[in-house]
Amino acid sequence: MDPQAITTCPRRSGEDKIIEITGMHKWFGDLHVLNDVNMSVFKGERIVICGPSGSGKSTLIRCINRLEEHQQGTICVDGIELTGNLKNIEKIREEVGMVFQHFNLFPHLTIIENLSLGPIWVRKKPKKEAEEMAMYYLDKVHIAEQAHKYPGQLSGGQQQRVAIARSLCMKPKVMLFDEPTSALDPEMVKEVLDVMINLAEEGMTMIVVSHEMGFAKSVAHRVIFMDFGQLVEENTPHEFFTNPQHERTKLFLSQILH
Amino acid sequence: MTAATQPTVRPAGLKAPVIRIGVVQWMRRNLFNGVFNSLLTVVVLLLLYKIVPPFVQWAFIDSFWTSTAEQCRAGGGACWSIIPANLRFIIFGFYPYELHWRPFLAMLLLVGLLLYSKNRNHWRRSLLWMWIVGLVVMGTLMKGGILGLTAVESDQWGGLPLTLMLSVFGMVGAYPLGILLALGRRSKLPAIRTISILYIELIRGVPLISMLFMSAVLFPLFLPEGVTFNKILRAQAAIILFTAAYIAEVVRGGLQAITRGQYEAAESLGLDYAQKMRLVILPQALKIVIPPTVGILISAFKDTSLVVIIALYDVLKTTKSALANPVWMGFSPEAYIFVGLIYFVCCYAMSNYSRRLEKELHS
Repeated sequence: MDPQAITTCPRRSGEDKIIEITGMHKWFGDLHVLNDVNMSVFKGERIVICGPSGSGKSTLIRCINRLEEHQQGTICVDGIELTGNLKNIEKIREEVGMVFQHFNLFPHLTIIENLSLGPIWVRKKPKKEAEEMAMYYLDKVHIAEQAHKYPGQLSGGQQQRVAIARSLCMKPKVMLFDEPTSALDPEMVKEVLDVMINLAEEGMTMIVVSHEMGFAKSVAHRVIFMDFGQLVEENTPHEFFTNPQHERTKLFLSQILH
Repeated sequence: MTAATQPTVRPAGLKAPVIRIGVVQWMRRNLFNGVFNSLLTVVVLLLLYKIVPPFVQWAFIDSFWTSTAEQCRAGGGACWSIIPANLRFIIFGFYPYELHWRPFLAMLLLVGLLLYSKNRNHWRRSLLWMWIVGLVVMGTLMKGGILGLTAVESDQWGGLPLTLMLSVFGMVGAYPLGILLALGRRSKLPAIRTISILYIELIRGVPLISMLFMSAVLFPLFLPEGVTFNKILRAQAAIILFTAAYIAEVVRGGLQAITRGQYEAAESLGLDYAQKMRLVILPQALKIVIPPTVGILISAFKDTSLVVIIALYDVLKTTKSALANPVWMGFSPEAYIFVGLIYFVCCYAMSNYSRRLEKELHS
């Protein structure tokens, strides 16, 4: 890869930011979905983003690996700026793992093939090594015995754990979670959250869009509340839940915590 | 964690009830439920009675299998004797009589390769090489001119080898081209998208016959003096270009059926466009569209019979020519039933295989 093609961001020494977003705007047509977003994420930091539906939280994290394109401002991931340059985008996607609400496993591949696809084709690992790594991560999400089944044969909770393992196989520096438990049957939420908690304990940098307030309280370093495309309030989980500052935050919390 | 994955045992339930009905009950339910259906049943039975026994009488009981044409004319039944008497001409056309073993071997090789390729476990790189070698051998057998084989010009090729060649290579060529066109039509690049749309719409707006005419008559006008392309090759190209446009639209339908999440999951792993399409999207999309794709391939197979209008002797045309022989004139039903059977066997094999493939790929 041509190193000149990568647009780098200026990095001040002593700072350990892995993601830096400044003055970012995005529109869907005329709808201003992200309005002047500024945020930084430090290495090893765990952030939970919450907010009412349509507030732009999913769009925000989807911008971080360019599943959505932002129109103004800058996004830097691991020192690389996200621009229209395909090389930048592919480089960032290699470093950023993403877990979707609907799992999005590849239904025509077995579980182990789902996991080894990225390492083999993007990281250029030999097949054997990629499969060993896949088994390692499957074991980590407690699902190694399902390695040769197809996604359709697994429950929702199992599929989501496979999806997490699939991202981990790329050894990402940051993991993005887009409402990872909201498509699950209630009895399966815990098994997925447990995997995410394990991941947090190992020091993974995580940005989680979720309404799982218990998870936010126990795992997050920071909770961010979004509304109408703006970051309304951010604070430590304790402060956020016991002493919300904004009216909108208070209203939102009163609606979800019964 | 373990509690959640621990399988719990389902308590034994009751057996599902079994419902059995007798023959009379079944007939009443399916054939005579109501005045209109009873009437329909009676009419259909009457028609079958009028048609089936006379046909059996003609085709099997009064029929001749190895007689001369005169004996046939004396009797009243079907004269199947026309088939063995003209078989070699129907199958091989004007290919030199004493060299018929060559197209025969070539066909055998082609059928063998097709049968071998049916098994998905054989879909490896070595299969590609087998096909390349097979094609060279087939070409050598048909054309000759080297290795001590007498040269046979392609204007003498005809019959079943020609039909099989036009259709098999038509399909093999059209399928990848169609996929590329489908991808092109969904491309973000305006130039590629426009070209793909123009191509597909133009070709679909023109009958195959006119494309064959163009390939035979119009195309050579654009070539410099003295440069000629083989007529069969030109017809082959027309068939490929024509079929590809239809394949493209079917594949596009399959691509549209793949959810955005699949694209996003592939992209978020860092796969580039080619990898994303080849490894994630196309395997799923092509599987969905197996039934309509096979429909197109089957009609492409039958459409090869249209090459008769540019004076190529496919198996239908050789049959017609055999009937032109005054000795056998008048026995066209028998001859056409025979060619019809050849077409049917091929088409049925294709649709059968597609059903099996669909089942195998169903996960």
